[in-house]
Amino acid sequence: MLRPFIVSNGALAALAGGLALAGPGPAVAQEPAGSVRAGESYRAPRTPYGHPDLQGFWSNQTYTPLERREGVTGEFYTPEELAVIEGGAASRESAQTEPGTIPDVHYDFTQFGLDRSQADRARNLRTSMIIDPPDGRLPPVNAGGRRTAAERAEAQARLGGRWDSAEANQLDDRCIIMRGVGPPMMPSGYNANYHIVQGADHVMILSEMIHDARIIPLDDPAAPPAGVRQWIGLSRGRWEGDTLVVETTNFNGRNPFRGSGERMRVTERFTRVSDDVIEYRFTVDDPGTWDRPWTAVNLMQRTRGPLFEFACHEGNYGLYNTLVGARLEERRAAEEAEPSGGR
Amino acid sequence: MRTRAAAMTLAVALSAASAAGQTADRRAPRTPDGRPDLNGIWQAVNTAHWDVEPHSAGPSVVRELGALSAVPAGLGVIDGDAIPYRPEALARRNENRANRLERDPAVKCYLPGVPRGMYMPFPVQIIQSPAHVMILHEFAGAVRTVYMEDQMDAPADSWMGWSNGRWEGDTLVIDTTGFNGLTWFDQSGNFHSEALHVVERITPRSPDTLWYEVTIEDPEVFTRPWTMRMPLYRRVEENARLLEFRCVEFVEDLIYGHLRKQPDEAGR
Repeated sequence: MLRPFIVSNGALAALAGGLALAGPGPAVAQEPAGSVRAGESYRAPRTPYGHPDLQGFWSNQTYTPLERREGVTGEFYTPEELAVIEGGAASRESAQTEPGTIPDVHYDFTQFGLDRSQADRARNLRTSMIIDPPDGRLPPVNAGGRRTAAERAEAQARLGGRWDSAEANQLDDRCIIMRGVGPPMMPSGYNANYHIVQGADHVMILSEMIHDARIIPLDDPAAPPAGVRQWIGLSRGRWEGDTLVVETTNFNGRNPFRGSGERMRVTERFTRVSDDVIEYRFTVDDPGTWDRPWTAVNLMQRTRGPLFEFACHEGNYGLYNTLVGARLEERRAAEEAEPSGGR
Repeated sequence: MRTRAAAMTLAVALSAASAAGQTADRRAPRTPDGRPDLNGIWQAVNTAHWDVEPHSAGPSVVRELGALSAVPAGLGVIDGDAIPYRPEALARRNENRANRLERDPAVKCYLPGVPRGMYMPFPVQIIQSPAHVMILHEFAGAVRTVYMEDQMDAPADSWMGWSNGRWEGDTLVIDTTGFNGLTWFDQSGNFHSEALHVVERITPRSPDTLWYEVTIEDPEVFTRPWTMRMPLYRRVEENARLLEFRCVEFVEDLIYGHLRKQPDEAGR
């Protein structure tokens, strides 16, 4: 029976037009992340414009989940516990390259991408990115958030099945936006690579996945008008000491982060804590979804450049072929349903 | 450098063509390390987006859009009257032009390529650091990284090419290769092959204008290199910023609409 190949990992289907970063760089020894405090002792070098220098190529890949896993109570793993967790995950990922399997054909990350096991990662002993609430878990979704979720589910259902049209597919399969590109910036399943460039009064953060460039004006006095809603919101930045603080509002609510809505305000704090690590701390405040703000922290590890062009939409044979396959399957089913010789 | 800039100011001011030289207008901003400061949001104001060659006004290719998307006349941005096509390439250009609604890659929200992105009717932001100059297009969110350091030959073909940059006096010279041959120069079918080699020269000609020259070399399509020249204007409004023009969803029905499940097939 003909089934469209089900792609579970978003824009991977479109990788015909994309390229992976070069192989992982040399392992870099770091202090346990839990011991790092923003700006405690390290002073970042300065750009020619006099700002703390966050520039370069970075990976925010991590095995640390956003939420603390069930049954885990401590804020940090021991190095031994972390080794077991990362070893197990890496072996599951390398199983994707076993010859003759479907993943071998479609997901061989040694060929066209860097999954977590291959990526440069900052050493991070945290058991969750979320540090507030202290239990490492998201606050409960409130009534407004539940209503939004129900409305979204209804709207999706009206589009029919996933293979009924391009519009019914996932945003990343459509090459519109990666779900985790944010803000807040969450690591994608593979190629979680970023390039930061700082000009005179703007910071640019380019995400490799679907070539998404965030352009952050510094000390921009004007609050963005409410009528402009964007997939990645509208960001404004400022320096607080050596920390780049970025406030983002004006989301269109169509790429929700854990159920977030249009009213979400994200405050990100980028602090370079060593030559090779940026601490990335963010607070999500969305009274339409959660009754209280919550805060999380991840680390960005220096990695090797350059980034290559990810022309996702231009090479999106995956979406095209799944739709062709679905229509073909329907036609065959209709033909089989007809009485034999019934012309 | 500053002294030389001052000495040249008069000549630069007198002639736009001579602003194509190596010396920036002395009033133009500089970075703390003494380079011309190209940071800003820039936009072309001309008709190259429709046709880089000299052209008369013409009707819209979409009947329903009437005068709103008709083509304004333009004196052209190229040196001379016509692009020096090889005969067989000129035939293909004309065929492209006759079928531009179906063939123009930008209609499908594909990355616009170089130099087309520089003169589309969308702003372009430059973010300049010593190691990298970012050229960020509002159209399709296209991105180009100009490597001022760690340069290499194009590692693979791509839509926006591979750009290495250098300073020649006050001019940023960008050398771009590694194109996939799938982009056009305008809406009029002007095209190139994978052998395209683009050299851009960007020089400040006043605090709020850049002089932009781009030389096109592609021996498979053209008999000789040819050059376009135009000013780029700073978007001077206080609140200027690049916004999202994430056009993929605007073209999904165009590209995939014929593959939509028909309601009668589903019995709905």
